[in-house]
Amino acid sequence: MIALGQFLEVLIGGLMSGVLYSLVALGFVLIFKASGVFNYAQGAMVLLAGLALVRALDLLVANGLPLWVAVILAIGFAAVIMAATAWLIERFVIGPLVNQDGLTLFMSTIGVTFVIEGAAEMIFGSDVYPLRLFPTDAWFLFEGLFPGGILVNKLDVWGALIAGVLVAGLAVFFQRTKTGRALRAVADDHLAAHSIGIPISWIWFVVWLVAGLVALVAATVWGTKLGVQFSITFLALKALPVLIIGGLTSIPGAIVGGLIVGAGEKLAEVYLGPSIGGGIEYWFAYVLALAVLLLRPQGLFGERIIERV
Amino acid sequence: MRAPNANEILLQVEGVALAFGGVKALRDVSFNVKKGEIRAIIGPNGAGKTSMLNVVNGFYHPNHGAITFKGSTRSKMQPFEAARGGIARTFQNVALFKGMSALDNIMAGRTLKVRRGLLWQLLRYGPALAEEIEHRRKVEEIIDFLEIETIRKVPVGRLPYGLQKRVELGRALAMEPDLLLLDEPMAGMNLEEKEDMSRFIIDVNNHYGTTIALIEHDMAVVMDLSDRVAVLDHGVKIADGTPDEVKRSQAVIDAYLGVAH
Amino acid sequence: MLYREAGQFKATYAEDMAIFPIRQDRIALAVLLGIAFIGVPLLATFRIWPFGTDYLLWAILLPFLILALAAIGTNILVGYCGQISLGSGAFMAIGAYSAYKLATGVHIPLAWLGFAIAIPPLPVLASILLGGFMAAGAGILFGIPSLRIKGLYLAVATLAAQFFFDWAFLRLPWFTNYAPSGSVNAPELDFFGMVVRSPVERYLLCLAVVTVMAVLAKNLVRGNLGRQWMAIRDMDIAAELIGIRPLYAKLTAFAVSSFIIGVAGALWAFVYLGSWEPLAFSIDRSLELLFMVIIGGLGSIMGSFIGAAFILIVPIMLNVIPTKLGLPLSTQTITHLQFIIFGSLICYLLIKEPHGFARLISIGKEKLRLWPFPY
Repeated sequence: MIALGQFLEVLIGGLMSGVLYSLVALGFVLIFKASGVFNYAQGAMVLLAGLALVRALDLLVANGLPLWVAVILAIGFAAVIMAATAWLIERFVIGPLVNQDGLTLFMSTIGVTFVIEGAAEMIFGSDVYPLRLFPTDAWFLFEGLFPGGILVNKLDVWGALIAGVLVAGLAVFFQRTKTGRALRAVADDHLAAHSIGIPISWIWFVVWLVAGLVALVAATVWGTKLGVQFSITFLALKALPVLIIGGLTSIPGAIVGGLIVGAGEKLAEVYLGPSIGGGIEYWFAYVLALAVLLLRPQGLFGERIIERV
Repeated sequence: MRAPNANEILLQVEGVALAFGGVKALRDVSFNVKKGEIRAIIGPNGAGKTSMLNVVNGFYHPNHGAITFKGSTRSKMQPFEAARGGIARTFQNVALFKGMSALDNIMAGRTLKVRRGLLWQLLRYGPALAEEIEHRRKVEEIIDFLEIETIRKVPVGRLPYGLQKRVELGRALAMEPDLLLLDEPMAGMNLEEKEDMSRFIIDVNNHYGTTIALIEHDMAVVMDLSDRVAVLDHGVKIADGTPDEVKRSQAVIDAYLGVAH
Repeated sequence: MLYREAGQFKATYAEDMAIFPIRQDRIALAVLLGIAFIGVPLLATFRIWPFGTDYLLWAILLPFLILALAAIGTNILVGYCGQISLGSGAFMAIGAYSAYKLATGVHIPLAWLGFAIAIPPLPVLASILLGGFMAAGAGILFGIPSLRIKGLYLAVATLAAQFFFDWAFLRLPWFTNYAPSGSVNAPELDFFGMVVRSPVERYLLCLAVVTVMAVLAKNLVRGNLGRQWMAIRDMDIAAELIGIRPLYAKLTAFAVSSFIIGVAGALWAFVYLGSWEPLAFSIDRSLELLFMVIIGGLGSIMGSFIGAAFILIVPIMLNVIPTKLGLPLSTQTITHLQFIIFGSLICYLLIKEPHGFARLISIGKEKLRLWPFPY
């Protein structure tokens, strides 16, 4: 029973941290679907959103505002920052690069990453800033079944809830709103969409804004877990293999991919790690993605890409 | 210089069918290309002409049927194997290497003729250099022939459409092919450019003795150029013969002018 | 008026195919090589300005040469063959650690087979070159996915290489000869009895290797193989239809690129760092190399040198200029500014001039040819 209890604990912990990867991966999928851009900067956007949020919050609380007012204002401030970032990116990078090949766009987002990281740290500082928006203590489940119970972090549960709400919200946005429909049209064929009068630059701004807000949501959860700090960008990079596994164009794929990576790397670390030196988490997601690429390049949920001449 | 033995069959397409999901692009199409001739395949838009070329040079694999080229039959091959077998082609929407100069594009067409491997190319000395110069000489002949001397070092992305088409023809010629497939060589050209291109096609056929199969939807041009014409409509061959025979065929007239089906 | 090619007629194809067909360019190159091979060592030996201290050699010229070499390797893959790589750092590491293992002796106990593979320590030069070959092998292995997947997907495959090897060299003690700190020391740089020690000697060693490899790389990219790579980059389907085998073209690009990067990695470890940790070859290094290539010019050997110089000089300038102006910046600010400058420059160049500074220079030369009458 101890073995099973431990397995469940690792599995649940892994699934929960997988939700965090999914949160970042969602932002990637949104942008990729709408503009074909493989956005390396999503991790940097999480960092920027987190820094803006935590610094504004600290400042407001220090000036004597009640916590709940400060939280609302700080989230509003961070959202404005993300909107400004989205506008700048659309205006100065993605807009001028329209019709370029995917590789050029990808490399330009690496450039964007560096600008965001440099600017965010220059403006908001480059230390580790603790963020306390959600409870971080633990629950012990099934104490009757397993000795000591199964440890589940409350923050992880919050993260899962938020991810669920976010996905539902995005689904409604895509399926039910006019902007959402226009967005899907642009994703299919931006020239055709343009010719029927859909304002492309506006749509792209909206996409980057939504991705920025998703980054903000991810930042609240991640920031609470790890503190807002630079290394968040590296964790966010794991959203790339998550996407490969799930399929680049699929929102459910981003979620499932995140869960697979989260659970897989934790289980591998606990059960395989000790025999080969530990630290498997560092590369597990990438090597798993590599295997998926070789066996099923379009990912678990992706659409098969057909090429024509 | 047309090949004297004009009855030898170079390419035989037998009962080829090709479908994309539910769409039947080609249905039981058969025709042949004789050595040394200029063979045209015409048809209205969506007739399956480009699909036919894609099958011949291995880009699509037919669902049924067989293709016999230079006496060997196959139903499936990779594009580079077709190239190795001696089939060259051009594309409807010019498929040049945009970042390379006209000269480099045509030099790239010599790839299959290059004998010296990586290590020799690394040194670029002695036999490797001699070989490179020999290829350059052959390519310069083609450049001369197509009258594009002045643009040889210009990146092709910057050339006007008509010249790009010529460079593409040059790249195909550099392969010294047995069979040259031209996909709408006159598409998007004005009258003058069309005349130029027709002249080049006839010259290639006369001068190098290359067998040419071309597809085109402009009937007028084709009738003057080709020895024999096959007509496709909705994936089915509806006529085949000399230009005069085809012109008189009721099925062809219907296909082009449209009749109530 | 000096930069004219009028009257320089090329009578043979060989002359027209030269790297620098214009006489003035050849003279400039000869002068540059003269300075690099004779001038700099002389000045440094006699400690004449600006070589009064070893700073210029150690902190600028040595890293410049080695990183330029790594950038050439990256450029072959990314710029010439169009295959994105975020794993150049890992291939540098493979070169470095392979060379280290070979130079200190390899011992692989295969207990279950009842014997062990044992290779005695090899000479330094052989180790460095074999390090390059090991990197080439790894490059081919990680290049295989490129046959099925493209662009962005490949980026993740190369990231897998980066993170896996980062981990392997950090966590598997065999690679570091069980050094307790995880940091390893390069062997003595003994070349056939000649021991390279001083900065000038190190500089000359790197200069020689880089010059030879740059010329060889230039030969490849202007020959048939280079045209195959560029054809794959520009339009892979058309490339196949003229008889280029994607398998051969892509894997040779991976192999050649990784070989050069591997040798650069071995030089970086042996000649520049002396003792190092896996951190020296992290993803930051990979991105830095990618930046050098984009800034210097995708698909240009000369651009690789320009890019490397630029990336090295900017942080130094950010340090020196504000200090001279009486406004010294903190180290952190310099790092952040550097991020912003590189990032925005990347975006700017990708939008305005994808062929980077190298292209800007050749446009400049075109203008100079016609100067002062621009027609």
